[in-house]
Parts: sequence; C-alpha cells; structure tokens
Amino acid sequence: MLQNKKTGLLTGSLISLSMAVSSIAYANEDPIRISYIEPLSGPFANVGDLGLKHFRFAADKINEDGGILGRDVKIVAMDNKQSPSESVQLIQRSVDDGINFVTQGNGSNVGGAMIEAVERNNRRNKDNKVLYLNYAAVDPALTNEQCSFYHFRFDAASDIKLEALTNYMKDQEDINKIFLINMDYSHGHFISERMTELVDERLPQAEIVGDVMHPIGQVRDFSPYVSRIQQSGADTVVSGNWGNDLSLLVRAIDSAGLDIKIYTYYGGGLGTPAAVGPKGEDLLHQISEWHADVNVDEGLNDYESWFQEFKERHPETDWYYHRIYNQMYMLKAAIEEVGDAEDVDAIAGALEGMEFESPTGTITMRAKDHQTLQPMYISVMDKDAKYDADNTGVGFRTVAEIPVEQATVDTSCNMKRP
Amino acid sequence: MLETIAYSIFNGVLYGTLLFMMSSGLTLIFGMMGVLNFAHASFYMLGAYFAYTLGLTTGFWLALILAPIAVGAMGALVERYGLRRVHQYGHVPELLFTFGLAYVIEELVALFWGTVPVPYKAPAVMNTTAFTMFDLDYSWFKVFILLVAVVMFVGLWLLLMKTRAGQVIQAALSRPDMVGALGHNVPLVFTLVFAFGCALAGLGGVVGGIQFVTDPGMAFMMGPIVFVVVVLGGLGSVPGALVASLIIGILQTFFLSINFSLAETIGTLNIEDSGFFGVLWHMEATRIAPVLPFLLLVLTLIFRPRGIFGKREA
Repeated sequence: MLQNKKTGLLTGSLISLSMAVSSIAYANEDPIRISYIEPLSGPFANVGDLGLKHFRFAADKINEDGGILGRDVKIVAMDNKQSPSESVQLIQRSVDDGINFVTQGNGSNVGGAMIEAVERNNRRNKDNKVLYLNYAAVDPALTNEQCSFYHFRFDAASDIKLEALTNYMKDQEDINKIFLINMDYSHGHFISERMTELVDERLPQAEIVGDVMHPIGQVRDFSPYVSRIQQSGADTVVSGNWGNDLSLLVRAIDSAGLDIKIYTYYGGGLGTPAAVGPKGEDLLHQISEWHADVNVDEGLNDYESWFQEFKERHPETDWYYHRIYNQMYMLKAAIEEVGDAEDVDAIAGALEGMEFESPTGTITMRAKDHQTLQPMYISVMDKDAKYDADNTGVGFRTVAEIPVEQATVDTSCNMKRP
Repeated sequence: MLETIAYSIFNGVLYGTLLFMMSSGLTLIFGMMGVLNFAHASFYMLGAYFAYTLGLTTGFWLALILAPIAVGAMGALVERYGLRRVHQYGHVPELLFTFGLAYVIEELVALFWGTVPVPYKAPAVMNTTAFTMFDLDYSWFKVFILLVAVVMFVGLWLLLMKTRAGQVIQAALSRPDMVGALGHNVPLVFTLVFAFGCALAGLGGVVGGIQFVTDPGMAFMMGPIVFVVVVLGGLGSVPGALVASLIIGILQTFFLSINFSLAETIGTLNIEDSGFFGVLWHMEATRIAPVLPFLLLVLTLIFRPRGIFGKREA
C-alpha cells in the first residue's frame, strides 16, 4: 500500500512538473523554435541523433553571437520513427505549438508527405504557416513535380549528385562495369533509373551490369547481394544507401575480398565510418558538399575551429552536415532581412534566390524550385587524412572537386506562389 | 545455377547458425517457463555491448566468456526481482513486462554507449581469409561462427538430456509441486533457466555484434526474425530452432541470390508491370526474400501451429 502511495505521489509531482514546464514554454514566446522531425528511436536512431547534435550546435553558435533579431534559436526534437504519417502529425503538433519552422531530411518518402502537410496547413491556416527546411531528403521530385513555395532543399538533389558523379566518372578509364544497389523506395528507384540513363548518354566505356533493390532497414546479411555483385564482374558499385544499410553492405563487400570501388552518397557519416572502419580505405567513396579535410585543403581556418569545437562537445562523432551550417545561417539571414520571425511568406521570399557565402564558396538558393546549387566534392576513405571520421583512424581525401556548373540540373518545377 | 545453389546453402547455413544462436535461448525459456520473452533480442544486444567494452581491457577471447556470464547475471536479476513478481498475475502481464523491458534496455544502451555504432571488431587473426569459394573470401571468423553454433547445440542437448541438472529442470517445469516436495528449489531452477537463456542470447550477441553492426537498433532489427524462428521450429524445441534457423537462412539467401521473376522466366506475355497481377508477374525474387520468413510464420500458424518439432500449439 505504502508503495502505491509513493508512486502516486511521484506521478502527481511529475505531472505537475511537466505542466509547469510546458506553461513556461507557452508564456515565454522569445525563442525562435525549429521542430526537428527525425527518427530518434529504432534502426535509424543514430542518424536522427547525429542531425540533432548538429542543429543544436549550430543553434548554440548563433545564440552565442546574439541569436536572430536578438532572440534565441531553439531546436525542438520530435521523434517521427521514420514514418511519414507520424511526421505529418508532428507538423500538426508544431503548428499547434506555434512553431513556424520544421526541418527534416531522412527519407524522401517522409519529405514528400511533409510537403503535402505543410502545403495543406498553409492553405487552410493562414495565420500559422510553417516553412519546411529540408537538409537531406534528396528525391528530385521534391523540387520538381512536388515543388512547393514553402519547401527549401539545402542538400544537392539526387539528380544533381548523379550529374556531378557522372561528370567525374566519364574521365575515369577504370570504370567499366557498374553495379547499382539501392534501398527499395523512391530514393533508390530514382538512382537506378537516372544512373542507367546517364551511363548510356555519358559513359561510352561503361555499362550497367546489375541493378538491385533491397528493403530499407531490413537486411541483416548482405552476403547474397555481394555474391551477385561478384558474379556480375562489376568493378564499381554505386549506392544511395545510408545508415546501417550502407555499413553492412560495405562490410560484406570487404569481408568477401572483392576489389571494387564503392561510390556512395553517405559513406562519410551517419555511423558508417565507425561501422566500416579502416576496411573502407581506398574502397569507399562519397559525393558530398563538404568533408572535414576540405577545411585543411582550402585553409578554411574559421570553419576548422567550428569543426574542432563540435568535436570537443561530441567526442564520439564529427561535424558532418555542412548543409546544416548553410541552412541555419541562410535562415538567419532571411529572418533578419524580413525583420519578423513569424512572417513565413516573407521569409520564404527572402530565402528564394538568396546568394550565400559559405566557407566552400558561393551557394545559391535557386528561386525557381528552391534547390540549393553548390560545389560538390568526391572523396575517398584514406588513413592519411588530417581529420578521421568518428574516431576510426580513417578520414576522407578529395579526389575531385566538382564546380557548381557541373553540379546543376534543370528543373521542371512550376511553383505556385501565394 | 550449381554455383548459386552451393553458395546459397553455405551462406544460408552461416546466417542460419547466427539465427540459431539468438533463438535457442528464447525457445528454451519459453519451453521451460512458458514466458514469451520480448526482451530476448535486448539481451542479445547487451551481449555485443558487454563483449565490446570488456574486450577493450581483457581482449576478445576472455570477453567471449565473460560477456555471456554478465548477461546471464543480468537475466537472473530480471527474473528474480521482476518476472517472478509479475508471474503470479499470469502470462499477459509477463508479456507486457518483457515488452517494456526491451524498450528500457534499448534506451539505457543508447544512454551509456551513445546511438552511434561502436567499433566492435573481431581480433585481427580472425579477419584473415580461411578459404575462398567461387572467388569469394571467407574469413576465419565465419568458421568460428559455425564452430560456436555447433558447440552450443551439442552442449545444450547434452545438458538437457544427459545430465541430472537437465532432468531436474525438465521435471520442475512439468511437475513443479512434485519436484518441490522432493526438496529441490523450484524458483531457483526457474531463475537459472532464465539466466541461462539470456546468457545464450548474450553469446549470440558477442558473435552477431561483430558480424552485423553494434548499435542500439540491433535488438529492434533482430527481434521479429527470432520469433519467426521459434514459432517455425516449434515453441520450446531446441532442435526445432536449429532446423528452422537453417531453413530460413538458406531460403532467404537463395531467393536473394537468384535472378528470377515469372516474367523473365516464362516471358512477359504482354502483361504490363502494373495492377495486382502484373506486379506479381514482374516481381523479382530478391524483393520477395525479406517477406519470406514472415510468410512462413503465417503459414506455420495456419497449417501447423505447433511448428516443426513443437509439442504444443503456439
């Protein structure tokens, strides 16, 4: 009996405490809040957690310098369990809480659902609009068929990455047989289709020898796929996999002793370097907007100390999403230009067409479809890199820098503006 | 084709033995205690993390022994101070208890070790190539997995069938009052069985953590498939778990290895890749493979609810 009483007391005080906390949050409208909608549990929790650390760090850096319009930036973490429908509910919750900005990146299927939900809300709920800042969902549809005035993409879309990648591959004579292995959803399907077209058009010396889809987050043993890669005689693998789906694939390829190059979108982070380790050296390539040794190569001292400061705070991981830096500072610039953090239409207008001086060069938010255009880097895992990724002893070395002109694809977006 | 079949059987057996390591403890606990332990995969995860952490100081080989013991000890604590209290209220509260426990363990692991995978690797000597088959290398570690599984199966079987302790355990489960009257401590037997089952899962984790990725999501990833193995093999049957693991491993590997769809084999027959039938006609084997274990689960429950070797219905 005594025990029950204690629990009752505890629950009661917990409830009142949480009510007190939430009433403070309501009363104090000062911080500019951004909902961070990502998987914080389940198989991709590590990916969601890493992004959250990035956003919190960038927000703290902005707040140290006086915030935006004198207001602090606050990241509100929300767990969408990698599900589109949960994400839509979380957008609703953000709107109910009076939050004007949501950010998300993992899974273009989630991104697509979020664009629809944001559009619907902004049509019906004109006093409480939300802006969707997408830092990683790369399905081109989001800035083509599905493009929205309230959606901005800070990562290079998948078609842009493939454009840059094939611009590099066409000069590589040792790339002759390409095997595509991707996750079975819109992101993977796009890579498979577009890569096949690009190889036909642009790489006369190469052919596609295999094209496989596997379920997302379900495969434990990749060795059967590796046996198919081996049987196809491929010398190059192209994969848009991320998280554990990439780690397991690379480890299976290494453990089978195949001597092939793997070109990936996400080989440099999201737990993959830690899970792969030195086994990926000279094997694992990534195409990205930045990697740690770019700071060293190009003498970006300020950004290097930003990187080191992040490392001090999170020794177990590394600053990886350069685009989160771009996103946060571009949002800051837009809000300051408008002078009002609640006027979503005006902020979207200010972001549109914005040219921003990022450490890696000028990047442009294309007004036509809200796609960021930026230089890209192709890099390979290397133990001589100055900065290793996730304490693995291996980092990345640039093998090619792709200028903005070679990392641009036209858009079919026909945007409806308010 | 011969190559594909040989390869599927070999790789399937490898994958199957890993599945067996994870499911043998679960089926043992269920068979003996009637407790469907939802947190079983969490103990598997703990095994991997303990082995990683211990291995940093003691080296891999000692950790291989210590980690399962530590997991077993945790299992004993869980049984003694959690499950035993819940037990008196029946099976549903037990189920809910282990269900909640799985989440608690996942969150604790994330708190202690972080959400980023830990660099848990096999010792260098086991990464060397043992042999090469069809131009694919197989490391000593894979041979080691096979060995561990064989030792585990034989050991379990001997323990349950040939030793006095095994007889007491079996008797305590079907006639607890009688065994108690004979002077044996029945609750202690239950605690030991649960601890032993957890230790087996822990051993599976020590090996599985290296083969796959050691991160807080690993329990979640393995949980469902382990239940499929146990149901297919027959609840409570250790040989059943072995056979079911091998069946699932080989079938799945085979479907992933072949390039097959009805359309490619028989011809498209002008059937378009749309609509229910069209999609089925063009469906590639690789895309069916992940569904296979769960399809087997459903079919087993419909046509043979007690599984391959099970004595009672699931």
